Amino acid sequence: MSKTYYDPADLRKFGKITEWSEELGNKFFEYYGKVFEEGALTAREKSLIALAVSHTEQCPYCIDAYTKDGLQRGITKEEMMEALHVGAAIKSGATLVHGVQMMNKVNKLDG
Amino acid sequence: MTKLKTQSLQKKGSDLAQSNRQLEILSNGIFKNGELPTFKDKISETSQFPLKAKKLEILQINVGYMCNQVCEHCHVDAGPDRKEIMTRETMRQCLEVIKNSGAHTLDLTGGAPEMNPDFRWFVEEAAKVGIKDFIVRSNLTIIRANKKYYDLPEFFKKHNIHVVSSMPHWTRGKTDKQRGDGVFDKSIKALQELNAVGYGMPDSNLRLDLVYNPSGAFLPGDQTSMEKDFKKALKEDFDIQFHNLFAITNLPIARFLDYLVASENYEDYMYALVEAYNPAAVANVMCTNTLSISWDGYLFDCDFNQMLELPVNSKAKHVSEFNEALLVGRNIVISQHCYGCTAGAGSSCQGVVA
Repeated sequence: MSKTYYDPADLRKFGKITEWSEELGNKFFEYYGKVFEEGALTAREKSLIALAVSHTEQCPYCIDAYTKDGLQRGITKEEMMEALHVGAAIKSGATLVHGVQMMNKVNKLDG
Repeated sequence: MTKLKTQSLQKKGSDLAQSNRQLEILSNGIFKNGELPTFKDKISETSQFPLKAKKLEILQINVGYMCNQVCEHCHVDAGPDRKEIMTRETMRQCLEVIKNSGAHTLDLTGGAPEMNPDFRWFVEEAAKVGIKDFIVRSNLTIIRANKKYYDLPEFFKKHNIHVVSSMPHWTRGKTDKQRGDGVFDKSIKALQELNAVGYGMPDSNLRLDLVYNPSGAFLPGDQTSMEKDFKKALKEDFDIQFHNLFAITNLPIARFLDYLVASENYEDYMYALVEAYNPAAVANVMCTNTLSISWDGYLFDCDFNQMLELPVNSKAKHVSEFNEALLVGRNIVISQHCYGCTAGAGSSCQGVVA
């Protein structure tokens, strides 16, 4: 057994998930490919969104994949970091906006 | 002032300055233990082995390995410390080939070809032959390196040279990281000077194309999208225009191979190349219509094979023995570096091929 939960080499094996459920696996990859095609958003914009979400989801495979994808598209490290801050802002905002709930509760119980 | 990144592998006495050591790395490890298929096995899957040379269309002449830059990923291992320079005598032999061959394109490369003391003589003589597309691969900074080169844009224009120049990115940081501090600013100045004499302008016949190759261990993105981004940024930031962008994959040889091994990216990079393998690109790889001539007149299937010292598989091995009939149909010499030309949309000195 591997001594770590994550092995970078496992990313290359992602496609193998179809082996245990071919139809669903294929449908997922077809959908996935379609999502990242150029549409109303450019493939470059989608790559930056994916990078930010990879971090908020804390998925190491996705972080490796979309950092590399960004470099391939000529995205600069400054652009990448700004995208991450968008993710981080939403994450921290999502925490802090619940502060209103806390305040409501305090006011109700102890107002 | 440009600051050189480093010395050539040859000057440093590096193990990887030896082509046989590079070929060993490319044949051993993941390719020997069967983890990845060799290039021969891969193209055999689609019955494309052996790769055969077709009609000769492009003559690429390397006039010397001397360069004013020492770029991080140079496949030539070029630099100021390299002394291999084509002599006028070999140039005369090349001129005979240019006159007698059916090639429509002449492509001068280096090193910095302009640093060869007979460069201008050679261009003037070759231009008289009236070849359709006469390319000089200029690194741009050479135009600003010394007063004696300041008139190069005018010289290129006079001989209707098609200028092809490297530009790794539209930002200073990424460009200087790969090519040396100060390279970006000099390149921008040189591009503006080329524009000023008419190069790269939308309706101009004076062709100015840029070459993009990735600054690290990753493959180039889509050529069309990259071209759009480059054009927008260079126009907005510096009022620079150019015609086309060629996205070229870094081949795992010489300094780029050294970098891949040292940064522990070699295996992942080879996986990426093999995973991106595209049989459609194989049909159009440049070695099938190109002949590469080295500074000392030897013949190779491409500039990469030249650097790996893999000569053509033909009785005619030197420019003095040039015989088009002998060279057509020859088997192309391959190794695992060839995956670099068949990944994704393919890669050649003229960009994508598929």
